[in-house]
Amino acid sequence: MAEKKIVKVDAPKTGCVACMPRTMEIPLGPQHPALKEPEHFLLEVEGEVIVNATPRIGYVHRGIEKLAETKTYSQNLTLVERVCGICSHIHSISLVNATETALGLEGFKPPERAEYIRTIVSELERIHSHILWFGVAAHEIGFDTLFMLSWRDRELTMDILEDISGNRVNYAINEVGGTRRDLSEKQIARMNKYMDITIKRLKRYTEICLKEDTIRLRTQGIGVLLPSTAKKLCAVGPTARASGLKIDIRYDDPYNAYAGPLRDIFNVITYDTNDVFSRVVVRLLEIIEACKYVKWLLANLPDGPVFIKPPRKVPEAHVLSRTEAPRGELIHYLWSNNTNKPYRLKITTPTLANILSVAEMLKGDYIADSTITLASIDPCFSCEDRIITIINKDRRKAKVDNLTMDQLRKYSREWHAKNKRWKK
Amino acid sequence: MVLKKIVNKIVTWSRVKSPWILHINTGGCNGCDIEVVDVLTPRYDVERFGIVIQGSPRHADVLVVTGPATQQMKSRLKLLYEQTPEPKFVVAVGACACSGGIFRHSYIPNLGIDTVIPVDVYIPGCPPKPEAIIFGIAQLLAKLQGLETPVIDPSNIDLKRNQLEALDKKKEVATTE
Repeated sequence: MAEKKIVKVDAPKTGCVACMPRTMEIPLGPQHPALKEPEHFLLEVEGEVIVNATPRIGYVHRGIEKLAETKTYSQNLTLVERVCGICSHIHSISLVNATETALGLEGFKPPERAEYIRTIVSELERIHSHILWFGVAAHEIGFDTLFMLSWRDRELTMDILEDISGNRVNYAINEVGGTRRDLSEKQIARMNKYMDITIKRLKRYTEICLKEDTIRLRTQGIGVLLPSTAKKLCAVGPTARASGLKIDIRYDDPYNAYAGPLRDIFNVITYDTNDVFSRVVVRLLEIIEACKYVKWLLANLPDGPVFIKPPRKVPEAHVLSRTEAPRGELIHYLWSNNTNKPYRLKITTPTLANILSVAEMLKGDYIADSTITLASIDPCFSCEDRIITIINKDRRKAKVDNLTMDQLRKYSREWHAKNKRWKK
Repeated sequence: MVLKKIVNKIVTWSRVKSPWILHINTGGCNGCDIEVVDVLTPRYDVERFGIVIQGSPRHADVLVVTGPATQQMKSRLKLLYEQTPEPKFVVAVGACACSGGIFRHSYIPNLGIDTVIPVDVYIPGCPPKPEAIIFGIAQLLAKLQGLETPVIDPSNIDLKRNQLEALDKKKEVATTE
């Protein structure tokens, strides 16, 4: 099953140039029905088989990291949520954790109830994100009934999120020093009820996925990523777990409520067929687990305040905050300088880590399967486009030069000598 | 004359009954895109208005654009607009698409899509709720039928007016006390 299907066509005996076997290039994106976001993939194909795939990122570059330096910490929470609309909460958790770790140097500690509420919202977000992905994947393989059904069930989670935070997408529930809103008894009862329904529905979908031929025939043996390759290319999140690697930041480097007694009932879900099917199963099982965690957290919610007023200035520190986003490991690096604004904020997102794996997965697959393979890592390009690559006009000869100051000066003199009429 | 009138009526009717949309993301954060897809799913079910998402700009009547039109997407957005056959309508979904939103003051000018292509309907919100998107599309359909729609000219909005009024009120309170 796991064998790669690279087919080499022998050259025909006639010397005609037109019949010579050669690779063809197919551009995919930036505007493409399969991709919801602007992203470009250059597929080199031999007949129907993809030989090489080159991702080209950067269409969603908005300059968020530079903007973050001009805003205060609580303003930055609003900004950082807009990095990605699907996993908005986990970005704000990362920044809040980083800020509170820096404030911890002065003895500041956020209340326990707030940490539990944050964890509940992040698990709810994982549920809605994975169901969303499941629907999109079903749409990519042409199973639109499942797409509609799963998105109908996603609305339950969206209702809960709207109920407890007031918004469907950007929840804005975090604040440096706690959370903005508390959970009431009525909300907790409603969440328990909805979680039960979601678990029931998801168990049904898992059954369908394991038995239904429509899904199995389109996903098994496609987009294979062997564990050794996944390790070599630094795959993260469900993509790595579907290749049998036991990686999960919630377990390996626990934060918030994961560091508490929740760790005892925590399961890291892996599956070992290494293909798209494996990723479907891992995500479905993760949703059921996440529902159980939400129920556990609600049952063990500690009492106390949800917000303690933090000091306005954050002491000088370099903080690396790691969290498990729905797509994998998310890293926020914060450099504070004893003011109310960060000196530097660097964000590294899971899709950036997985994009090389996708290029590897696409090799040897058919063109028709390229969309589901692309979708299988749950790409979120709006997360990752925070880097600029300098690319020549010929895309394949991408080159980034590191010039010294003298070389740069020389280059600028030459350039201005060539372009004398150039004005600002 | 009568025939022309009847033909016009039929054309407008068919346009209103089946607007096919093309969804373009010009560098948004995915929030609006998910809400646009959400509108098509069972709870909101916008297909009852005859709206179908199309993959190609050649088949589309309405461009639903999200995102602040980043530097790299500007030329592509223009290209997509030129490829769409006449008559074409543009709906800007979300604060980013309307004005650049939170990314407006970035070092790259993300000023919203109306700096690139003409826009018919603006739907503000970060992100707008599915109900708001449906309302926006309904406004577009009303516009096609020639009904009256609310028009707000952004150049006429005085952003500081409210602040000044509030200041005046404060002063009045202070003087009366």
